[in-house]
Amino acid sequence: MANPSIMDTLFQRSLEDLIKGIRLQSPDSSTPTSSFLCKSMEEIRREIKSTDPHTKSIALLKLTYLNSIYGFDMSWAAFHVVEVISYPQFPLKKIGYSAATASFHDGTDVLLLLTNQLRKDLSSSNGFEVSLALQCLSVIGTTDLCRDLCNEIFTLLSSTRIYVKKKAIAVVLRVFRKYQDAVGVCFKRLVDNLESSEPQGMSAVVGVFCELTLRDPEGYLPLAPEFYRILIDCKNNWVLIKVLKIFAKLAPLEPRLAKKIVDPICEIMRRTMAKSLMFECIWTVVSSLSEYESAVKLAVVKARELLVDDDPNLKYLGLKALSSLAFNHPWAVVENKDAVISSLSDADPNIKLASLRIVMSMVSEDNVVEISRVLINYSLKSDPDFCNEILRSILTTCSRNYYEVVFDFDWYISLLGEMSRIPYCQRGEEIENQLIDIGMRVKDARQELVRVARDLLIDPALLGNPFLHRILSAAAWVSGEYVELSKSPFELMEALLQPRTSLLPPLIRAVYIQSAFKVLVYCLHSYLLQKEATASSFAADGNTPWIENSAIQGPEGSDLATSELDREFNPRDFSPSFENNGHSISKLSTHKSMVNLLNLTEMALGPLMESHEVEIQERVRNILGVKELVKQEILDHSAQKEENSEKKESDASKIIELIYHSFSEELGPVSASAQARITVPNGLVLKDNLAELEIICGDIELPVSTSFSLGTLHSREKEVLSLDDAASNEDSEPSTESTSLLSEHYKRHKLYYLLERKMMPFPLIIHLPMKVRFRIIRSMISMIL
Amino acid sequence: MAIRFVLMVNKQGQTRLAQYYEYLTLEERRALEGEIVRKCLARTEQQCSFVEHRNYKIVYRRYASLFFLVGVDNDENELAILEFIHLLVETMDRHFGNVCELDIMFHLEKAHFMLEEMVMNGCIVETSKSNILAPIQLIDKAP
Repeated sequence: MANPSIMDTLFQRSLEDLIKGIRLQSPDSSTPTSSFLCKSMEEIRREIKSTDPHTKSIALLKLTYLNSIYGFDMSWAAFHVVEVISYPQFPLKKIGYSAATASFHDGTDVLLLLTNQLRKDLSSSNGFEVSLALQCLSVIGTTDLCRDLCNEIFTLLSSTRIYVKKKAIAVVLRVFRKYQDAVGVCFKRLVDNLESSEPQGMSAVVGVFCELTLRDPEGYLPLAPEFYRILIDCKNNWVLIKVLKIFAKLAPLEPRLAKKIVDPICEIMRRTMAKSLMFECIWTVVSSLSEYESAVKLAVVKARELLVDDDPNLKYLGLKALSSLAFNHPWAVVENKDAVISSLSDADPNIKLASLRIVMSMVSEDNVVEISRVLINYSLKSDPDFCNEILRSILTTCSRNYYEVVFDFDWYISLLGEMSRIPYCQRGEEIENQLIDIGMRVKDARQELVRVARDLLIDPALLGNPFLHRILSAAAWVSGEYVELSKSPFELMEALLQPRTSLLPPLIRAVYIQSAFKVLVYCLHSYLLQKEATASSFAADGNTPWIENSAIQGPEGSDLATSELDREFNPRDFSPSFENNGHSISKLSTHKSMVNLLNLTEMALGPLMESHEVEIQERVRNILGVKELVKQEILDHSAQKEENSEKKESDASKIIELIYHSFSEELGPVSASAQARITVPNGLVLKDNLAELEIICGDIELPVSTSFSLGTLHSREKEVLSLDDAASNEDSEPSTESTSLLSEHYKRHKLYYLLERKMMPFPLIIHLPMKVRFRIIRSMISMIL
Repeated sequence: MAIRFVLMVNKQGQTRLAQYYEYLTLEERRALEGEIVRKCLARTEQQCSFVEHRNYKIVYRRYASLFFLVGVDNDENELAILEFIHLLVETMDRHFGNVCELDIMFHLEKAHFMLEEMVMNGCIVETSKSNILAPIQLIDKAP
């Protein structure tokens, strides 16, 4: 850039010109990138190098303006700032100091150069110069500066010029923070100032002590008598507010102090006209003096005055005061219940949130039903954000500590169902988690759960709402898992297979299909059993053993499963056990209805057999495979004569039995630390770092894998029994290296390969893409069957 | 620090005065100003003047075309800060005579000076209008 010339000095634009120039620009050019501002910045860069103090200062002034309002960086001008500060003329010095305040920070390296100048100015006879230096120091003071200038500050603390003393007191706060040793030097003088109680300096002194006390209350306890004196004598509201804050921190440390200040504070509360002071009193009582009943009562009365005021600010503060009382003094909230509840429909979201918080803190076993009812009503009337906030807080509060406040789970489950139907509800995931959680933990509630789930599943309108999909997934899972408690499994089947389920995302559809599978197996099983039972009731007792055998042969499952089997499979109690379960499947499972069921399954799921979504495809093929198996059997039955009642159990029945048993096994919640408790078997090396795989799969792109399970029949969405996450990392096209290894292996061990060359050994399947994997496994299963 | 910053912003969101009592880089300042201004300017008259932002609060009030926003710690008395804002406005009014946005724009350094007299290190140190204005008037009179 050109050197600053005399032209610059003569024609320099003042700050006022600059501002006028900016204002003349069209609105969209006042952005930092606009050409006018850039041009001005260039001018400034030239001008600031001038040796003429006046020019330099004006340039600096403009620069400070642009920095503060438009965010232009001015750290490059740091040295110029120091120069300008050193000018003797006061207005120029002022410009320099304000530039320093605006732009210097701990990292500015020219700060050290300022030390001497500050020292000079601090000792100046001109009070204003001193004040400039003090103000600057209060913002930019670093540890070094504070240390070097500590003595000067110390002198100023007892200056006769009030104006200067006041500022010195204020600076002390920064000095103490940055340079701890200063405390020893200056503290005494600070306390002297406190005791002198000069009106002008009072605000500053008390302000400083307020900040200091907030950080370290214990150290300032000895000064309590001084503060007490101020509390009683001072009439300045600002000072009183600060003193109250100090006492709020000191009172909990010293009960005798608390006793002493209670009365003066109550007196102030009664007398004062200033709302700010009154609020401060309320807050002090509520936060630190809450053992004094009379004070608290007075505070509550005053808080009520705030609460019913029309001014939203006062209302908000009243709610704030009440909310901190809610824990220890619930009567205060109960007294003002109406005001709090009416605030739930206030125009201001802050007020609504504050009142919601108060209401939630009042929830206990006795009133949870009533409160939830009131809140749900409000949520229906509110905007989406607040509605969801209400639902979220109800869900969180009720599920706290494993549903501590809920004693009637039937009611809670129907409440969850009701919440799902609220138009704005977006809390699908939490509701889903809770439905499943309660289902697993609370056996008695399962009946109600199945009922609510049925209501949700039947309604076709809900399928179109994306926020509800997770809840529907939970409903479907619950229906499948506890299908024996359902009143009408056929209805369930229709609901799970209805055409509108195509609106669901694939993973959730997969849950639906899996549940349909469970329901189908259940119906088939009951039907087949019934068939055998009616057949056996004609025959001799010879037929009964096989049923009992199957009961004994039951799955290697838990005692729970076998006891269920004992209950249900005892042919002597055949009919009563079914009726005990509260549904009349024995009446419904006519041959015709089973055929209908199977046809429905085929119709609904047939088209999905070639679906691109592996989750869906796998499950559909499972269910249709089983259907094929039993179809023959069922269709045969219509032609079967009663002489064939001695026929051995068919393959189909065996399979249905097996599947049913595996579905009956109950899966409980797994604790979070369960995996960690299992010791790693010898010889298994678990590696964190799979970088070695890079060698094999180097340049191949890994497909994005959704969670999949190498399907055992009763795997759920949640418990992904995936072939380790490590396996999904290895999911890639086989590289040429591994195919050649494969072919070598095949040549050597052809004898042991089950099938043709196309078939790969099981472990190496993990190198293949998921779709191919599934095809292989499915074909394996179909070949076995 | 009880008071963290003082901002004066017009209805279009343009900053007219910015005073920070704790150090923030330029990007942080810009981001902060943008966020807060958006929040406060979107609120209506019926809503209260306190907004919770991150781990502190903002107390604001509108005077004609200018919004005064003060960022304070969570334990600060909100009503006292509202009174402080009013005090600031009254002081400027007394000095400039019917103060308006233009006065602040063209005499930014005076507005800063007044604010510096009132607040140091984030604490309110002077609350008397005459005391605040006395030094400014002296400086103006000086040659």
